[in-house]
Amino acid sequence: MAGIGGAETPAKKWGWGVLNTVVVIYALIPVLWIVSLSFKSSKTLADGNFIPREWSLENYQNIFSTSEFTRALINSIGIAIIATAIAVVFGTMAAYAIARLDFPGKNLLVGVSLLIAMFPQVSLVSPLFEIERSLGLFDTWPGLILPYITFALPLAIYTLSAFFREIPWELEKAAKMDGATPGQAFRRVIAPLAAPGVFTTAILVFIFCWNDFLFAISLTSTEQSRTVPVALSFFTGSSQFEDPAGSIAAAAVVITIPIIIFVLFFQRRIVAGLTSGAVKG
Amino acid sequence: MSHATTEDTAKAAAAPKPVAPKKKVALSEGKRAERKLGWLLCAPAAITMIAVTGWPILYSLLLSMQRFDLKFPDRTEWIWFDNYVTVLSSPYWWNAVWVTVVLTVVTVAIELVLGMSLALIMHRALVGRGIVRTTTLIPYGIVTVVAAFSWRFAWTPGTGYLAEALGGDPVLTEKIPALMVVGLAEIWKTTPFMALLLMAGLALVPDDLLKAAAMDGASGWQRFIKITVPIMKPAILVALLFRTLDAFRIFDNLFVLTAGSQGTSSVSMLTYNNLIKGLNLGIGSTMSVLIFIMVAIIAFVFIKLFGTAAPGSDDGGKR
Repeated sequence: MAGIGGAETPAKKWGWGVLNTVVVIYALIPVLWIVSLSFKSSKTLADGNFIPREWSLENYQNIFSTSEFTRALINSIGIAIIATAIAVVFGTMAAYAIARLDFPGKNLLVGVSLLIAMFPQVSLVSPLFEIERSLGLFDTWPGLILPYITFALPLAIYTLSAFFREIPWELEKAAKMDGATPGQAFRRVIAPLAAPGVFTTAILVFIFCWNDFLFAISLTSTEQSRTVPVALSFFTGSSQFEDPAGSIAAAAVVITIPIIIFVLFFQRRIVAGLTSGAVKG
Repeated sequence: MSHATTEDTAKAAAAPKPVAPKKKVALSEGKRAERKLGWLLCAPAAITMIAVTGWPILYSLLLSMQRFDLKFPDRTEWIWFDNYVTVLSSPYWWNAVWVTVVLTVVTVAIELVLGMSLALIMHRALVGRGIVRTTTLIPYGIVTVVAAFSWRFAWTPGTGYLAEALGGDPVLTEKIPALMVVGLAEIWKTTPFMALLLMAGLALVPDDLLKAAAMDGASGWQRFIKITVPIMKPAILVALLFRTLDAFRIFDNLFVLTAGSQGTSSVSMLTYNNLIKGLNLGIGSTMSVLIFIMVAIIAFVFIKLFGTAAPGSDDGGKR
């Protein structure tokens, strides 16, 4: 894997060290900046310094004292978890069928999910806006969960069917030999083996739902179902002279924490999930 | 698992598996069961996807042929293609189309170059590969709106470190500088994704082949262009397709950074403004349909380029 370069000379190590540093700085600067902003006191907020001159927690105290943010956080967490759970269950079932079973209409399903993956989401916003208004789903949790599941499913199906193809299927055959039905083979033999893939998919789907802004801003109108990204864009200071930047930064940091946790602990899985689905797709 | 197996064996002994069909039937029992199971397992996913996209697409076609303004609901009427005439003769629409196309082409091109470099770094790094991979996932994972706010504050005169460093001119209030900032934000966020897809392609390039070429005196660049790129071509095309279609939908970054002012609207932004701000469902739906058509054309062109490598035509690899 070390490549063609030959021996690991100290000069080469230095070279890689420099390159790595460039990459790390590239990736982290905007994140560190928003963290820094979130810790600035209201006096030093607009000083343009990259590192806070005065550290304070007042921005965090501010956002957690309003329902505008806490309610949005609950909405974000609830909606993302429910949508992820449903999308992963549906996706697992479909991916298993696609990877393992032979049935007419399989290619059609793969084609449809590919189409949805490419679909311009804004094209759905206008009709969904009107349909959800007439069904009473507008500005509710299900009103967001439904489109999230729909757009997460292609991702889930692709990633999972790529994982499922790697599973040693002789085990399933052996189970069937022993008299298990395809359903039993799925539950007892394959599901435990597939768990890591399912978990990875869940992370990817969760990131997708957590990240969405277009549906969230178009299909909600009140605190009742607004998610954090949308609430952020509506933040104004508590008075018209107050800069909302501090509150926005603090809220932004809070919703970045789960992402950082996923990335730190499951880096390998996320990379595997993203690449397997796309290339072998 | 052994427990499960013994239980299943016992069951099998009780009821022998009906694999041998006595009569000549089109499908064996097992085959039919497999079909049924396949359909059953796919049904929830298929029904959800079709329910949430199928009917709304048709409905937006219907809406696009009506005068339908929620501010004047009683004036709703069937006007066939008048909305299309209105949109297609609007300078705002064409400006948005150009903004979207230019942003897409420029950002995806830069992402390809940067992404390839990043992929090579991640693939070949002698030291610190884990750290590089972990940190590059942060831009991928971070909420786009969060990143967009970070860029916005960075460029806000007074508040931002970038604005201060560059003389404090308000860059986000002029069309071209604002679009450059939007492009930068897009590139920062999505290059890692591009790099990961390309890295998966890099992994397919056999090391022996590169070593052999090096023995024969091929330079690093020659090896890259003559061996690595051709082998990676499918991965490159997949990455380009995904990124192009995604870039074409650009919304979040624009919403936060400029909100579409000074003629910086993308097609998605313009549609949103007509629909949610303007409450004009007819015009909004017309734009939706037009965007759908444009995306379909892009996808079609890419699929033509893919040929047989199109992900959709793959029926599950070799079996």
